[in-house]
Order: sequence, then structure tokens, then C-alpha cells
Amino acid sequence: MLLIFEQLLNGLQYGAMLFMLAAGLTLIFGIMGVINLMHGSFYMVGAYCGAFAIIQTGSFLAGVLCALLGAGLYGLLVEVTIIRKLYQRDHLYQVLATFGMILFTNQAMTLIFGRTPPMVEIPAILSGSVPLGGGLEYPIMRLALIVVGAVVAVGLWYLVTRTRVGMLVRAGADDREMVDALGIDIRKLYTAVFGFGAVLCGLAGVMAAPLLAVEIGMGERILITTFVVIVIGGVGSVRGALVGALLVGMVDSMGRAFLPQLLQLVFTPTIADALGAGLVSASIYVLMAIVLIVRPKGLLPARG
Amino acid sequence: MMAKNSLFAALALSVLATAPAAHAADPVKIGFITTLSTPAGYLGADQRDAFLLAMGEEGGKLGGVPVELVVEDDGLKPASGKQAADRMLQSGIKLFSGITFSNVLGAVAPGVLAADAFYVSTNAGPSTFAGKECNKNYFVASYQNDAFHSAGGQAANELGYKKVVLLAPNYQAGRDALEGFKRTFKGTVEAEIYTKLDQNDFSVEMARIRSLAPDAVYQFHPGGAGITFVKQYNNAGLSKTVPLLMPGFSLDTRMIEATGNAGDRAYLTGIWSPETDTPASKAFVAAFRKAYNRTPTLYAQQAYDAAKLIGSGLKAVNGDLTKADAFRAALKKADFKSIRGDFKFGNNNHPIQNYYLMQLQRSEGGAGPLVPVVVRQVLKDDQDVYAKACAL
Repeated sequence: MLLIFEQLLNGLQYGAMLFMLAAGLTLIFGIMGVINLMHGSFYMVGAYCGAFAIIQTGSFLAGVLCALLGAGLYGLLVEVTIIRKLYQRDHLYQVLATFGMILFTNQAMTLIFGRTPPMVEIPAILSGSVPLGGGLEYPIMRLALIVVGAVVAVGLWYLVTRTRVGMLVRAGADDREMVDALGIDIRKLYTAVFGFGAVLCGLAGVMAAPLLAVEIGMGERILITTFVVIVIGGVGSVRGALVGALLVGMVDSMGRAFLPQLLQLVFTPTIADALGAGLVSASIYVLMAIVLIVRPKGLLPARG
Repeated sequence: MMAKNSLFAALALSVLATAPAAHAADPVKIGFITTLSTPAGYLGADQRDAFLLAMGEEGGKLGGVPVELVVEDDGLKPASGKQAADRMLQSGIKLFSGITFSNVLGAVAPGVLAADAFYVSTNAGPSTFAGKECNKNYFVASYQNDAFHSAGGQAANELGYKKVVLLAPNYQAGRDALEGFKRTFKGTVEAEIYTKLDQNDFSVEMARIRSLAPDAVYQFHPGGAGITFVKQYNNAGLSKTVPLLMPGFSLDTRMIEATGNAGDRAYLTGIWSPETDTPASKAFVAAFRKAYNRTPTLYAQQAYDAAKLIGSGLKAVNGDLTKADAFRAALKKADFKSIRGDFKFGNNNHPIQNYYLMQLQRSEGGAGPLVPVVVRQVLKDDQDVYAKACAL
């Protein structure tokens, strides 16, 4: 029972992490129509900038600021110099260009920060674990990630549905020319959305830095899962990204925790462990396939 | 006329006289294919630097024979390694070394051996070339891949662990690692947990370990995942209750630095540690630190030994690799002073050597950084199980 509860929290924490990445990706994909393969690179840039600032200053707050700034500014730079030229192009050009940017960013980070992965200690106030009743202890850092994810979710919901900027973003997604004709500079709006997506990645990156390994290529690993999240949730929808992220997080955590044990009821432990590991790796893709069969546009698509 | 003739003769003579001398001065080229880029690039850099250190100590020679190291980065891609080897073979190189990863070695070795060239491994020692597929020109100066894990199983027995949980990534080397452990371990394996190859969040596994409450955990995670694993193990509070045991390369010198205090009291298995208290080892560590301003990893030690081994072979044939039989026989004798201690080759050209249990402890009476301190020897003159199948 305790194990189930702890795994629920683990799933929630992984989901919160995925949501921060998926939210930006789905906005850029759904609203601007750009397939952005380098979204994970912003996550890496955020993690590196955050880690660098934390190591230099010893302050986690400085790390967060530096990560948001670093990822955000890099996002703006990329949008203005590269992505802007791709809006009217075919998706294939976007895939090629953003894939090239993954390689470029990886090399650039290697040149700037070196090959040795920076190691970040968990900040003092977030280290250790808290008792959650019933003998369960859970690391504070992971709880903090869940809280940050929840704050981002509420903030995004408010921004998209309750503010003028959110209204323009939604309108721009539906009819770019019309918004343009109303005297709104759609270019600046798109630049802002892209930069904002990068900032969310930076936030995820700096929160991940003390928990996971900060290394070159960390963005590509999580990118595929992030795409799975937005396919499950429905392209272009922030609500969909939230549901998809939580679903993927839970399926992955629960699968890893319980599938091998369930299989042990049928097979010998060695076979069950090996088979379970294989099935768990595939579980989120199976989930995606099921969702696509039942609802081809995802669970909560942006329009219709 | 006379003068002209004698001048001609003198020229001819001098050409004759210098020809063999020039030949002898031509350095023996060693093709050193290793992994220098990717996050695992430091493994190759340490091997290259240690090899160059061994050469530098003799003024660019090994065994008194001038050598030239031709270094190529395989980028952890088997295809790149193979291309580099093919280029080197075409340029006439007959002696190869340096490969870090077994999958790269698997692509490079067959071509090198088919061309009657020699390969001396500084790290990778996959089971595939240790048994039936062993080759007279293929030497492993490091270890057979399973041995660290078999030493782990034996160490768990000697530490009195009855119930263990095993973890490894779900790929060939991961499954081999756990097989190697189980070969010598006598207690019960509560669970074999296979992680995803690119996984770097182990929260789910930590919770499962906690619920299983074993006597110890044996885990094999190389590279960045290994750093993350040890940090998360510590952060989850497990290191206080369940001892962690792992092969030395799951927490090498560089990874220990990267994990801070997280690895304190963890157990490692291996053939050597920078703390190994022999004159040869102390001299090596001091020289490496002086030359490169960092502490050598186990990869550096292995490459240094491999260089010395190659030196012993070159000395026997005075650098003439066309005397392949004599060179091979000299390598097989392993007549060099290994800094790890006793070393000899088995019939399959893989080492017969001792394996140790080490524990990470604070140096300098508790104030210094974590260092692996040898606790005891767990395997003496150990030979891999595949040797029996080798016809050499």
C-alpha cells in the first residue's frame, strides 16, 4: 500500500516534469504550426545554465534565474534567426532545420561548458525527505517539482483563457491573417510564444539538474516522451498536455514498479524481470497506440 | 675521374650504411582507436594520456623501440571505429590498441585480425572473443568483462549478504553483468531490476528496493546513469540502511568526484585503485598527476599496463613486427611489471589476475575526498570461464 502511494507520487512528479516540456511544445506546434525538434535543447540549455550558476554562486535561486534567462534568450534568438523563416515552409524543412539545431546546440554546449557533466547538489532547504504519514518518507526536491508543475499548470490555464495575450494567441492559431489585419503584430506574438516555451523548458531543466544527470544530449532523450505526451493529449491543447503528461507519468511509474511483480505470478523471476523491463519500455507507446485508436486526435484536442 | 668514382662509392656506401639505421629509427606505429567524444570521452582520454605517459617515460619509446601513437576517436560508434581501423590498416599499421567499448571492439577486431595485425585491449574484454572465437593475435591487458561482476558475487558472499537486489540496464552488457554476479553469489536474488538504457530517474526503483529491504544492492550502471543512480540512492536515504555494491567502473575516480559525498561507504570491485599501496602504483599515480593534473582512473592504469606489455613485445623483436611469431610469444609471456600486481595470460590471451573488494572512504583521516580503499582480495589468480572453450 505504501509502495503504491510512493509510486503515485513518483508518477505525479514525472508527469509534472513532462508537463513543463509538453506545454511549450504543444503551444508552438499547435499555434504556430512549427514542428520543433530542438525543444529538448532548451531543456538542456536551462539545465546547463542553471547548473553553472548554482556552482558559481551556490544559490539555487540564482540558478533558476539563470536557467530561465538562458533558455528564454536562446529561444528568442533561435526564433528570430531561424524559426521565423520556416513558418511558411513545409514541415520537412522545419524538421531538418530544428534537427540541425540539436546538433549545433549540443556542440555549442560542449564548447562552452566542457565535456565533464556539471554536478549540482540539491539545495539545503530542498534536500532530505519529509514524513507523509503512515511511515512514508518522500524526498522534498521531488515534492517541489510537483508543486512547481502545479503552479505552471494553473498559471498557463489563466494566461491562455483569461488574459488578452491568451486570447490573441488562440485567435492567431485559428486565423493568422485576421489577427494581423486587426493591427496586432503577429510576428512579435509568435516570438513571445516561442520564447515562453523555451522558458518553461529552462524551468524544467533547472529543477531536473540536482535530481538527474546534466549532460549533452539529455534533451533528445526526453523529447520523444514529450511528443508522446502531446500526441496522447491532443496537439495544441495545454489541457491535453497536462492530462497526457500525468497519464504517461503514471503509466511509466506504475509499470516499472508493478509489472515485473505481476509477471512473476506467471513466469520465473528471471524471465519476468527481463520481460517486464521490455514491456515497461514499450508501455507508453502502447498507451499512445490505444489512445490513437479510440481518439485519433488525442484525448483533449485544441479544436474539435 | 678517380675522385669522382670514390665520391660515388662513398655515397653508395653511406646510403647502404644509413639504410638499416634509418629503418631502425622509423618508429613503430600503433593504431590507438578509442572514445574521446561523447560524455564517455574521458575514458578514452585517460587511456590515451596514460599510454603517452608510458611512452614519454622512455623518451618516445616502448621497450627501447621508438613508437608513434596514431590516435583516432570512434565517438562510441562501431562503424566509426571500423572505418578508422580500415584506414590505419591500409596505411600499413600492424598493431592496434585503445578500444573502450565492447560494441566498438566487436566491429574493429575481426578486420584487424583478418589482416594478421595485432590487437592489445586497454579496456574492453567481451566474452565473444574469450571463448571459441579467441585469436592468437588478440590480447586483453585489462580484464574479461564478466570478472568484475563475479568478484562482486564473491564479495557479497564474504560480506555475509543473504538477500540482494540486482539492477542493470536492459542490454547485453547489463544482462551479462547480472549473470556474472549470479555465477558466484550463493544467497537469494530478491529481484533483478532491469532499467531502460537511457534512464536517469530511478525513483521507482528506489521505492521498490525500499519495499524489498534486501541485505545489499548490486548495481551496474556505467556513465552518467551511474552518477545519477548513486546520488539518488543517497538522496532516497537508502545508503543508510542498504549497502551498495558495484563494479569499479560504475563509480570510477571521475564519477566519485561528480557524486560528491553520495558514494560514501559504498563497495567497489576491481583490479586496482589509485590507493593501491605498491611502489609501482604510487609512482604511476604521482607521474600521472604531475603530467595531467588529475587523478588517474582505472582506465588509465589499464592503458599504462598495456603500453608496458606492448613494450615487452617490441623489445623482443627490436620493433620488427614482421617477426610476428616472436612478437606474439613475447606478448604471451607478459614479461612486464604491472602496476596492479600479479599478471599473466591464460590460454585465451585474457588475464589471470586478482580481484579486490574496495570501499569508498574519506582520505587523510576523514577530511579528504572519497577514495576507494582496498578491503580484501576476493578472487585470486582468477581466470574467466570462457577460457576452457578456447583452442589456443
